[in-house]
Amino acid sequence: MDHPEPKVAETELPEPTAQQQPREAAVFERPGAEVFKTKNVSIYYGSFRAVTDVSLDIYEHEITAFIGPSGCGKTTVLRTLNRMNDLVTGARVEGDVEYRGASLYAKGVSPIAVRRRIGMVFQKPNPFPKSIYDNVAYGPRVNGEHKKSRLDEIVERSLRHAVLWDEVKDRLHKSGLGLSGGQAQRLCIARTLAVEPDVVLMDEPCSALDPIATGRIENLLREIKSRYTIVIVTHNMQQATRVSDRTAFYSVLRDDKNDTRTGVLVEYGPTRQIFEDPRDSRTQAYVTGRMG
Amino acid sequence: MSTVTQAGPAVPAGSAEALSERRPLGDRGFQVLALAAGLLVLVILVLIAISTTQQATSWFTTEGFKGIFSTNWNPAANKFGAMTFVYGTAITAVIAIVLAVPVSLAIALLLTEVVPRRRARPIVYVVDLLAVVPSVVWGLWGILVFAPWVQHIYASIGSALGGVPVLGALFGPPTSGASFFTAGLILAFMITPIVTSLSREVIATVPAIDREGAYALGATRWEMIRGVVWPHSHGGIVGAVLLGLGRAMGETIAAALVIGSSPVITSHLFAPGYNMPAVIANQFGESSGVFRSALMGLGVMLFAFTIIVNVFSRAVVARSARRMRGA
Repeated sequence: MDHPEPKVAETELPEPTAQQQPREAAVFERPGAEVFKTKNVSIYYGSFRAVTDVSLDIYEHEITAFIGPSGCGKTTVLRTLNRMNDLVTGARVEGDVEYRGASLYAKGVSPIAVRRRIGMVFQKPNPFPKSIYDNVAYGPRVNGEHKKSRLDEIVERSLRHAVLWDEVKDRLHKSGLGLSGGQAQRLCIARTLAVEPDVVLMDEPCSALDPIATGRIENLLREIKSRYTIVIVTHNMQQATRVSDRTAFYSVLRDDKNDTRTGVLVEYGPTRQIFEDPRDSRTQAYVTGRMG
Repeated sequence: MSTVTQAGPAVPAGSAEALSERRPLGDRGFQVLALAAGLLVLVILVLIAISTTQQATSWFTTEGFKGIFSTNWNPAANKFGAMTFVYGTAITAVIAIVLAVPVSLAIALLLTEVVPRRRARPIVYVVDLLAVVPSVVWGLWGILVFAPWVQHIYASIGSALGGVPVLGALFGPPTSGASFFTAGLILAFMITPIVTSLSREVIATVPAIDREGAYALGATRWEMIRGVVWPHSHGGIVGAVLLGLGRAMGETIAAALVIGSSPVITSHLFAPGYNMPAVIANQFGESSGVFRSALMGLGVMLFAFTIIVNVFSRAVVARSARRMRGA
């Protein structure tokens, strides 16, 4: 890869060239407001500590990628950001997870209200067994919108944002289960966008899709990031370099003496720095493919 | 079933000998045995249908279609009209379904959606225990304990609603402990376990990822159930309900003991009545000739009804399964 290098504080980099993209420069020099601030977050499933001491900030209108080997806890961290882990019996969070200045796990915080602001797209496309229209209208409806004309508008806008409108506009009232994998995943994205969330969390959204469908979703992410903050878990490092502004690399810490393992955040920074000038040898090994 | 000489899939290429090798004796033996068992069930079913229909012919030839649709059941006068009992069967089955289905669904949702799996298990055991109580025990408990107890409740409801237009016709006097309603209640107890456990199994097949999809949009538990669990499982639940209905229609001894044994058509649910299985069980011993043939005829009709309900429930389940695959 011979992309121009943006400026990163405290690292020696080649001279920036004239082609440097202002968007990326802006990311590194003046990040937007912090949407999430996590400090020393450890996550347990029963007595198993899945993730230990994760501290990172996620910035507004950026795409943040979580990468790392299986079992490193990246999905677990993602799922604590909208309290999805509440649904798992025995799941417990220690440490601070702050969302726009408010503690997500404070007493009196309703996970339902949290999830209405912080949406999630899953690994496997999971359209509801309903029509395409009703899939997209589901979120607005549970949020109290029942006016037909408003719903029509939301459905069309969300499907357009998810670049699915042209493919489905003539069969809005057919089942969402009849779509191809890529279309179904875009339907799920449309469904998430329909509630106008602040943040969209994505858990390996392309792992079940072919390269063409993946390319569509990645374009879509770049298009919507001016309106949303996106956190994406991915196994695909190329994907992280293609779409994300910042990357967090997680790894598994094994304790052979006690036969335990836990996920840790190894390194977090601008995506280009993580991939081209990683500071931690583990990151280096992972991004250069020397470690699984 | 058609061909017995299927070659195994793992035959090495280029070896004609391996291709012609016969399958082991045990394999063929198993196939024959399985086929025979399957056919046996079918044969028994057909034989029952034929012989009961044969025995019912003398009723049908003397009474004709009039017999089926007549409401006059008077063995002393050789009048054997079936409609009273068809009516009673329908009423008791409907009461049982109306009472059992909401309770069963509530229990099924409680066990799958509310209570953690570890704590759900004891409740499942208790509900399943209801299913192993013998029918005759339900009947005896119904007539000796339950009927005298509900009698007072019926009486007070009856006197309160006596003059009210529609409700009075349904719940007004005459009231009796042994009645359509008591039979419906006992049947409801009896079908609750099967409807609960079938619904629970159907609901448990709703993919976790679909539930999470709804929660991720800010749905509450109830909204998730309505938006995801219900569309996923309503076909299967309707099937479960229809299977319960089939059981409620055919359940005999319990109904015979608590229904009141009064061959009348009345809108009063608290009044004694009769239904098809009960009249067959109660009167078969002292019947002969056309009387016995008429009871056999009732049996044939009941058999036909339960088959229709079963076929219909299977069709509903199959249709919803097709819809789920996305058509």
